[in-house]
Amino acid sequence: MNINLELTDKKAPVSGEVRMSTKNLSLYYGDFQALRDITLNIPENAITAVIGPSGCGKSTFLRLFNRMNDLITGVKVDGRVELDGINIYDRDIDVVELRKKVGMVFQKPNPFPMSVFENVAFGPRRHGRKNRMELEDVVEKSLKQAALWDEVKDKLGQSALALSGGQQQRLCIARVLAVEPEVILMDEPCSALDPIATLRIEDLMKSLAENYTIVIVTHNMQQAARVSDMSAFFMMEEDRAGILVEYGPTAELFTNPKDKRTEDYITGRFG
Amino acid sequence: MKTRKAPRLVSQQTAFSLLIAATAVVVIPVIVIIIQIVLNGAGAISWDFLTQPPSQAGKAGGIFPAILGTFYLMLGTIIIALPVGVLAGVYLSEYARDDWMTRTVNMAIVNLAGVPSIVYGLFGLGVFVLMFHFGMSLLAASLTLACQALAMTVTTSREAILSVPREYREGSLAVGATRWQTIRHVVLPQAMPGIITGAVLAMSRAAGETAPILVVGAAFFLPALPQSPLDQFMALPYHLYTVAAHIPGMPRTTIWGVALVLLVVVLSFNVLATIIRLRARKRRYST
Repeated sequence: MNINLELTDKKAPVSGEVRMSTKNLSLYYGDFQALRDITLNIPENAITAVIGPSGCGKSTFLRLFNRMNDLITGVKVDGRVELDGINIYDRDIDVVELRKKVGMVFQKPNPFPMSVFENVAFGPRRHGRKNRMELEDVVEKSLKQAALWDEVKDKLGQSALALSGGQQQRLCIARVLAVEPEVILMDEPCSALDPIATLRIEDLMKSLAENYTIVIVTHNMQQAARVSDMSAFFMMEEDRAGILVEYGPTAELFTNPKDKRTEDYITGRFG
Repeated sequence: MKTRKAPRLVSQQTAFSLLIAATAVVVIPVIVIIIQIVLNGAGAISWDFLTQPPSQAGKAGGIFPAILGTFYLMLGTIIIALPVGVLAGVYLSEYARDDWMTRTVNMAIVNLAGVPSIVYGLFGLGVFVLMFHFGMSLLAASLTLACQALAMTVTTSREAILSVPREYREGSLAVGATRWQTIRHVVLPQAMPGIITGAVLAMSRAAGETAPILVVGAAFFLPALPQSPLDQFMALPYHLYTVAAHIPGMPRTTIWGVALVLLVVVLSFNVLATIIRLRARKRRYST
């Protein structure tokens, strides 16, 4: 099968200002190439969804933006990943500062085994905020933003592990919001949640998108269609992963895909 | 219909019996030892036995200085072996890359556990007693036992740290915590029960060691309790060895009594370690 790989060179359409972008980005795990020459722009204050079958490299792609892939030994990155025009893979980049600006929410809710309060205050504390009143303000504000305040305001001192899965995930979002990031990355944030909790997170994402740039990886195409402004479709072939097939406004990608493979995927013919 | 059992049922029963017999072989000696020591030694236990110094070469009086000495030793050992073990465990699990250096260190730790204890004693004599001029002392003995305990504290710390789920580290790093902050505020608190369990077991082993302390500072009889880490000391295992093997006309009850006290000290620390582990496990699964 001969597949045209030049697709990735197409300029992706962008609404609004570009917040983050990748330029000719390739990533290798040792000899295995997990992302192939990816160029795309992430617009500001919008939700960009990354979709595609398992193993296509979408989580790896997401983890580029806060350099979470650095934790894995043997990862090599070629090309540029930019935040406001600055290459975050430059040698003099402070990864800790980067991760303050680019927060991340994970697939499985991962609150720390501490109180609700301490979970949200964790980031600010690490960044040197000690004043109790100040911390209380930050915690309240973040929990309100994450639409969790009303449910937990009377049990801030209780263990976060006693919350429900959906509450835990919103707590994790509050934990990220507490360090006042600019971009929020979400790696399949609803895959461990029931449909009702999922809808609450989706509503939350939409309201956050007014002030934050959000990138979400999702398995669930209805979810991508429901919440996102832009969609990027990744896929892999027999021995090649990390191909960006198509990127564009969600409405277009889902109703009028330009690539046959995108169409096949969203109509459920494979994956 | 025949009532004779099928051959495969017979072989199953044979296997069962063998397994049960093997398990009994493991348990019976422990029970017999404990029963024997308790039956024979209980008669020697009295308030005076636990609180008075010995007299007449241990034939009369109590064993208080030996009990105290053993606790000092455990304390000294853990004060040295725990911090070094935890720090090394953190380095090995969080920072060290998987290269030949790390593999050498890991191999060294495994071998550390296999070195015969009398060799530690001679090492302590050469290095701490003579080279560092600590003399025959609590300090030299604690250092010697700490070297031996390191194998355990490093290994248990490393395992406890590695068992902290990756999700916690990622959650911490993702809000801009540094690696050290992540270790200090997320990983170590989670690993603490495992680390403490290892430390308590290391202490109970130190309490029971005889050979290493023989040559670095343990004395059979001292007129006074140790006043500083540089003094010599008495200890339960060495006291037991001496009263059992070297004092003619020793009342048998006294020998068993010393053994009983030593056993209680060591076993109570093992039980403590088990309790810590169980409580930590319960906490992890109850939420």
